[in-house]
Amino acid sequence: MKAHDYIERRVGVLSVLILLVISFGGLAEIVPLFHMQKTTTPVEGMTPWTALELEGRDIYIREGCHVCHTQMVRPFRAETERYGHYSVAGESVWERPFLWGSKRTGPDLARLAGKYSDDWHRVHLYNPRDVVPESNMPAFPWLFQQTLDGRDTARKMQLMQSMGVPYTDEQIASARQDVRGRTEIDALVAYLQGLGRVMQDR
Amino acid sequence: MFSQDLPSFWSAWVAVITLGVIFGCLWLIYVVRRSEPYKEETEHTMGHEFDGIAEYDNPLPRWWYMKFLLTIVFGLGYLALYPGLGNFQGLLGWTSTGQYETEIATAEQQYAPIFAAFRDQSVDELIADPSAMEVAGRLFSNNCAVCHGSAGQGAYGFPNLTDADWLYGGSAEKISETLHNGRLANMPAWLTILGDQGIEETAHYVVSLSGRAHDQTLATAGQVHYATYCAACHMPDGTGNQLLGAPNLTDDVWLYKAPNLTIHESVKLTLRNGRQGVMPSQARLGDDKIHLLTAYVRRLAESGSAQ
Repeated sequence: MKAHDYIERRVGVLSVLILLVISFGGLAEIVPLFHMQKTTTPVEGMTPWTALELEGRDIYIREGCHVCHTQMVRPFRAETERYGHYSVAGESVWERPFLWGSKRTGPDLARLAGKYSDDWHRVHLYNPRDVVPESNMPAFPWLFQQTLDGRDTARKMQLMQSMGVPYTDEQIASARQDVRGRTEIDALVAYLQGLGRVMQDR
Repeated sequence: MFSQDLPSFWSAWVAVITLGVIFGCLWLIYVVRRSEPYKEETEHTMGHEFDGIAEYDNPLPRWWYMKFLLTIVFGLGYLALYPGLGNFQGLLGWTSTGQYETEIATAEQQYAPIFAAFRDQSVDELIADPSAMEVAGRLFSNNCAVCHGSAGQGAYGFPNLTDADWLYGGSAEKISETLHNGRLANMPAWLTILGDQGIEETAHYVVSLSGRAHDQTLATAGQVHYATYCAACHMPDGTGNQLLGAPNLTDDVWLYKAPNLTIHESVKLTLRNGRQGVMPSQARLGDDKIHLLTAYVRRLAESGSAQ
């Protein structure tokens, strides 16, 4: 009982011991995954986001799309019937940060590539009610006016490259040109049309 | 293909930490239990008092103590049956993909005979079969309604399926082909070639084809542009070409009538910028479901044209 008494009267010691106990969870559940090929090998045929798609991805994050849309098809029939093949770890190897999400107000988007036309996405993002009358998704009309200047695109890609995403130096060099002057809707639609591209035929 | 397993070091790492923590908990519970100063409930307090409130120094209730032990037994049992200790797969051999495949196989057993029965029916038979149309209607709602509308009525840029006007042909064969392969339309932009005046003239001619109000002088000028640039796809008489998906311009059906523009202005917009209508392939649904959807779309067209 002495030790008990000692710990409970000292907040600092208690905190250190709590951290130690919690860290066992991470050490056993997280750290080994860094050394597991299944979680570190990209899906065969996967290519990194292009400069425009990468900017689209940042717009996706900025507008909070991931708050209502997941990008994670779970291995249940009810999901694979609707969305396609369940998500696998190798698809997220280059995703920083990943956008799996945890709440579906709208449908999952992990397999959106090619499901609708570019035109549909544009109409739908301008005003979702124009094509889906019962939709409660917000409209994003400003994406049609705002253009990208591409000032930070190359730096973003360099950062990704430093974390192991296989961007070529040519891709980074032309990044600014690739996105400059394009509207934000162009970028977002390009990104949406790339979601799950690599797993489409599986 | 890569290994699905953890390297053996990390496998052992997981097992040692997991079991270490469990037995550590067991040890902790035992030590604390043994060193409790009073084995029964007493009047002794912990020796501190705040605002007149003191705390008895009683042992942990027995049922509570037993529950701690039970969670440890449960945990060890779970780790024996299910994967958890590194690469040890568990005595039940359970995997998430295995469970998924079982679920799919069960569903396949349940639904395959239903689809098999529909597969051998012709499109006309399916249209007459209410149960087939019920299934097809759900498929339509899930896969088609998002663009073509819940009743197939279409919208700006998305074809109406209930009328007699077909871009790529409305026969069951053509509809099935469209569903399988998707469609990619490509009308070029004409602004740089025709200029503003040429666009205006051509638009007058195009709306005149369906008998709409137009300026005769401008239309006559537009007819020359039409013959040069448009007739190759839309045909000299304007009736279109379903092999190319070039719309019939004489039937007064306007896919690209913008909600905020007149038909005349909408035609000008299309002439200026071109159109690239895309119908995505639905091949992922498989032949059986596409067969049902073909029948459903045929029914929409028939019921719509009858009205």
